[in-house]
Amino acid sequence: MTLVALSGETLARRLQEAAPDAVIEWNDSSVWVRPEAMGDVASFLHNDAELDFTYLNAVSAIDFVEYFELVYHLTSMAKGHTGVIRSRVYGREEPTAASVVKVWRGADFQEREIWDLMGVRFTGHPNMKRIMLWEGFEGHPLRKDFL
Amino acid sequence: MTIRTEPMTVNVGPQHPSTHGVFRVRITFDGEDIVEVEPVLGYLHRGTEKLAEERNYVQVVTLTDRLDYTSSMINNQAYCLAVEQLLGIEAPPRGKYLRTLTAELQRIASHLIAVGFFVQELGAFGTPLMYTFRSRERILDLFEMLCGARITVSYMRPGGVFSDTPPDFWPALDQFLADFEGELEEIENLLLSNEILMVRTRGVSPLPRDVAINCSVSGPVLRASGVNWDWRKIAPYDAYDQVDFDVPLGSNGDNYDRFWVRMQEVRQSLRIVRQCIAQIEPGPVRLELPMVLRAEPGAEAYGRVEASKGELGFYLVSDGGVSPYRCKIRSPSLINLTITEHLLLGWKLADMIVSLGSVDINMGEVDR
Repeated sequence: MTLVALSGETLARRLQEAAPDAVIEWNDSSVWVRPEAMGDVASFLHNDAELDFTYLNAVSAIDFVEYFELVYHLTSMAKGHTGVIRSRVYGREEPTAASVVKVWRGADFQEREIWDLMGVRFTGHPNMKRIMLWEGFEGHPLRKDFL
Repeated sequence: MTIRTEPMTVNVGPQHPSTHGVFRVRITFDGEDIVEVEPVLGYLHRGTEKLAEERNYVQVVTLTDRLDYTSSMINNQAYCLAVEQLLGIEAPPRGKYLRTLTAELQRIASHLIAVGFFVQELGAFGTPLMYTFRSRERILDLFEMLCGARITVSYMRPGGVFSDTPPDFWPALDQFLADFEGELEEIENLLLSNEILMVRTRGVSPLPRDVAINCSVSGPVLRASGVNWDWRKIAPYDAYDQVDFDVPLGSNGDNYDRFWVRMQEVRQSLRIVRQCIAQIEPGPVRLELPMVLRAEPGAEAYGRVEASKGELGFYLVSDGGVSPYRCKIRSPSLINLTITEHLLLGWKLADMIVSLGSVDINMGEVDR
């Protein structure tokens, strides 16, 4: 089996059918969606027979100072393709995105780690606590303004 | 007559010889049955991802050694592949073969540790572990010949490997392969159909394939649940498209299957090593690159390999500087721990440590 990377356009077209408001823009490799819609987008990506993204490789967060970018690397083992979904989260006080743990359990520790080290909260996560550092630690060390 | 019972919470770790490092888990028992499980992580957190943002692309290689310190070669490989993808370069053929060869030797070493400790946790104190460590030692000796280090190897570089092999490496490798054939047979005869081992592990803590996939489990744990997924086959990197090997699969995903898959993978790794020796040709081992590398601003890459514990990925983002702007490490050990609750709930105290051992985690990689 050879693995095919789905283009941002393919993903965006499919997503727009199911959740027209969720998609913001796309490029060759990925599609950007609204952070608060990520839960619904995740269920669609997982359950849609054509996309079939049953496997979540990784959830990453990047601090671009102006906003935080969440990156979801996905794989369909049955269809043999991969996809990248992104989401920009604005604000530095309490940036929030929707959790995808209900769809992919594999996101559990990664979302907790993003909260712990990057300070992005996930609504709908059953156990939104710090994971590497202890409760009471001040700040989120992977942020660019943490010294 | 009724006996009054109450649940008891036991704190396993972080200082516990059977938790493979500083892993801590709070378990609530009802008698001997496990009713509640809570993993507590972070005792070995060193902020590797933050440190990577302050070192240049080549210096970060040394940080990767300290992730899963039982498979440093494979960590080096994953990181170097990510940097190469970021810069749009490729290692020369001899460099690719040397990486494949050392990565497979490292996989054997890592699986030998996993199997040795797994059996130790079943109560076979000492003997099987010494058998497996005897062979692992020889592999570390080979690494020492290559780069002077046994654990923190830093042997690979973006664009190839640090240097070519010394002349006495190849005879030493042949000697190891000849000796290891018998040693592995001895280990297999001792363990694979050992009655006590089978009774203790068959049917214990099974992991169904849909749970494994949903929990993003990877590596031998995923394949033990019958999912045919190995990145060396799915998206071959380095010289893996030039070598022939099988992907051993389990059927029940129980503790025995996880152990069995690792034992079979050692055999497959040996096959790959032999093919590398036969196919490798003289030539440069490393691209000539500047000491300080720079990627295009906004460039990014997700490089991944099939590490001994599962899918190890490096997600690099560049801002045009000399260090990665962001270096996210997709750690197989951390994500494989998602199934801790599934594996332990409802099972007995006596199987707890064995089930944890069957996942084969490494805390350097879990906490990073």
